[in-house]
Amino acid sequence: MIEITVNGQARRYDAPLDVSRLLDLLDLTGKRLAVELNGEIVPKSQHATTPLADGDRLEVVVAVGGG
Amino acid sequence: MDQLVIAGKTYSSRLLVGTGKYKDFEQTRLAIEASGAEIVTVAIRRTNIGQDPNQPSLLDAVPPSKYTYLPNTAGCYTADDAIRTLRLARELLDGHDLVKLEVLGDPQSLYPNVVETIKAAEILVKDGFKVMVYTSDDPIVAKQLEDIGCVAVMPLASLIGSGMGILNPWNLQIIIDRLKVPVVVDAGVGTASDAAIAMELGCDAVLMNTAIAGAQNPVLMAGAMKKAVEAGREAFLAGRMAKKMYQASPSSPTGGMIGS
Repeated sequence: MIEITVNGQARRYDAPLDVSRLLDLLDLTGKRLAVELNGEIVPKSQHATTPLADGDRLEVVVAVGGG
Repeated sequence: MDQLVIAGKTYSSRLLVGTGKYKDFEQTRLAIEASGAEIVTVAIRRTNIGQDPNQPSLLDAVPPSKYTYLPNTAGCYTADDAIRTLRLARELLDGHDLVKLEVLGDPQSLYPNVVETIKAAEILVKDGFKVMVYTSDDPIVAKQLEDIGCVAVMPLASLIGSGMGILNPWNLQIIIDRLKVPVVVDAGVGTASDAAIAMELGCDAVLMNTAIAGAQNPVLMAGAMKKAVEAGREAFLAGRMAKKMYQASPSSPTGGMIGS
């Protein structure tokens, strides 16, 4: 098991885990979003090849209404 | 054809609108359509994990295929947070690099922190972003932001969401006179006449959100703003008559009066 933080919430998953698989588990696949891992952008093209490790911090963002 | 040019791209509408604070996505869609805006601002926020993935989203109501998205950094109080947000926005929007930078100073007034704004602008411009920057109506800061390479400078008319209108037309006039890049009045417009005054001063465009979303009838107000921006622009281009105190000049002939 690894523990990662997604949008400020601690979550536990079975290893191995990558960004694509995580998005799948969160029901976010196919959504227009962007991912940051430990402060660095993970381009969409690298979601499937970016492994996640214990202690990783992710931000998953979308566009919302704003001024 | 009188068009607005930002970062080499031309737009026919000089009204830019926000997409926040509407009752629902349908009202957002209708109001933005009525405004005639081509550029719409959006915010970047954490996605709600566990939300039904089939729920309607902003992207359905305001499709990025139809509108130019202008991701903002609303809610950011440091240069670092603003830069992070816009890098996420660029990734989210597949490399789209036209952005609205705003770094706020305090949550009560939402007045911009120009020191952090300048810091962020320098880094973002170097990083290849086309930065439209929200700032105070300080002409020196506005010029500095232009010199850094921002593609548009967007001084406030009054505080964000206040609807107080144009509080310092003299500062805006100095900014308009001195800058070469488009000057967009951003924040503070409350009603149609405020937008018209901004355009009559010679602003290149007006950006607003609350003035439309906060109206009793947002869709009707969106149409009013469209007309006000167009009317103000035409009045500016036409060149207004000089203001004259005590120099009465009747519009009708002075001769030929009956009984003379």
